[in-house]
Amino acid sequence: MIVTEQMPRPYRQPHPWNWFLKRPRYLIFMLRELTAVLVGAYLIFLLVLLGRLGAEQTAFVDFLRALTGPAAMAFHVVVFLAALFHSITWFNLTPKAMPFFIGEKRVADPVIAIALGYLPWAVVTVGIIWGVAG
Amino acid sequence: MAEANITLEVFRYHPDSPDGDRGPRFQSYDVPYHDDWVVLDALNWVKDNADGSLTYRWSCRMGVCGSCGMMVNGEPKLTCAAFLKDYYPGSIRIEPLTNFPVERDLVVVMDDFMAKLKSVKPYIIRDDVNDTGDGEYRQTPAELAQYKQFSMCINCMLCYAACPVMGSEPEFVGPAALALAHRYNRDTRDRGSRERLEKMMEHEAVWGCTFVGECTEVCPKNVDPAGAIQQAKTDAAKEYFKSFFMPKGGR
Repeated sequence: MIVTEQMPRPYRQPHPWNWFLKRPRYLIFMLRELTAVLVGAYLIFLLVLLGRLGAEQTAFVDFLRALTGPAAMAFHVVVFLAALFHSITWFNLTPKAMPFFIGEKRVADPVIAIALGYLPWAVVTVGIIWGVAG
Repeated sequence: MAEANITLEVFRYHPDSPDGDRGPRFQSYDVPYHDDWVVLDALNWVKDNADGSLTYRWSCRMGVCGSCGMMVNGEPKLTCAAFLKDYYPGSIRIEPLTNFPVERDLVVVMDDFMAKLKSVKPYIIRDDVNDTGDGEYRQTPAELAQYKQFSMCINCMLCYAACPVMGSEPEFVGPAALALAHRYNRDTRDRGSRERLEKMMEHEAVWGCTFVGECTEVCPKNVDPAGAIQQAKTDAAKEYFKSFFMPKGGR
């Protein structure tokens, strides 16, 4: 066979930069990863809060007052939603990484997600609310 | 009843065709529609009646051999299990599996996959191979359950096409090979998990996986490669710490 013009061989299929928009699960993955940035941002905020505690009292009161503003409220709402999304998506993945067997039967995924994720989460949350309010 | 047709838009690539039209390009074919036909039946119709030069792999036609994996409307599918009726009356776009180099039309180059599969030693390793006359190595149903799901892999490579890490990091060992490696690590007859884990611990092996999970979704055999890799990460981490306390050879 006469090849008149050299063709790339084999043909390399393109990998588009916006690959994560091609499938819903890719997008959920990207969102799950990005929510970690917001959770990290909140940790920095907590460190700043702790730092202000050590400052003089008026400065701390001013800081707390600033937190009631719309920007601070919006930040908290967004971070809260991100933390929820992050936690729920990871809890739902737990059974894949940590399967349990009773004899030859695999324990159902929701049971593992609840036992290792949601239940301890609920207990700690109630404990914190009780500790703060009570 | 009037005969219904369905349109296939098929990826074509003939790098050494002497008469132009080498591609890459899409070519449309109108194919008779039957509600019991799968995409592979439609491709076979094209090959027999419209265009004998169309090239693709297939063999068993019943979801066992793993040869006929292609992208069907952007989804990695076994074409023998993708029914026309799920797409009709829309057209169907058929492409070679993504993340693989294309040899010709719908045929991908799988050499790299085969090398990766081989690199994780997906077979039972042990020094003392008994004579078959001594009887089989016995397992309890509970021991079998630990790895049976991962042993169902038919090497169809749909998971490689579904994995975005494969696209951005071609060195990644990939879902099927790692799931099969994990399958042998969880087999009580095997003694080779230590040497297997040495390969699996490398950066482009289990740690390359970011747990997108699409491999598990597209697997036609419910192997759950994503789950296998996360479990293998735990095993790899244990092995890493164990290596401080137990020098090579201990097990």
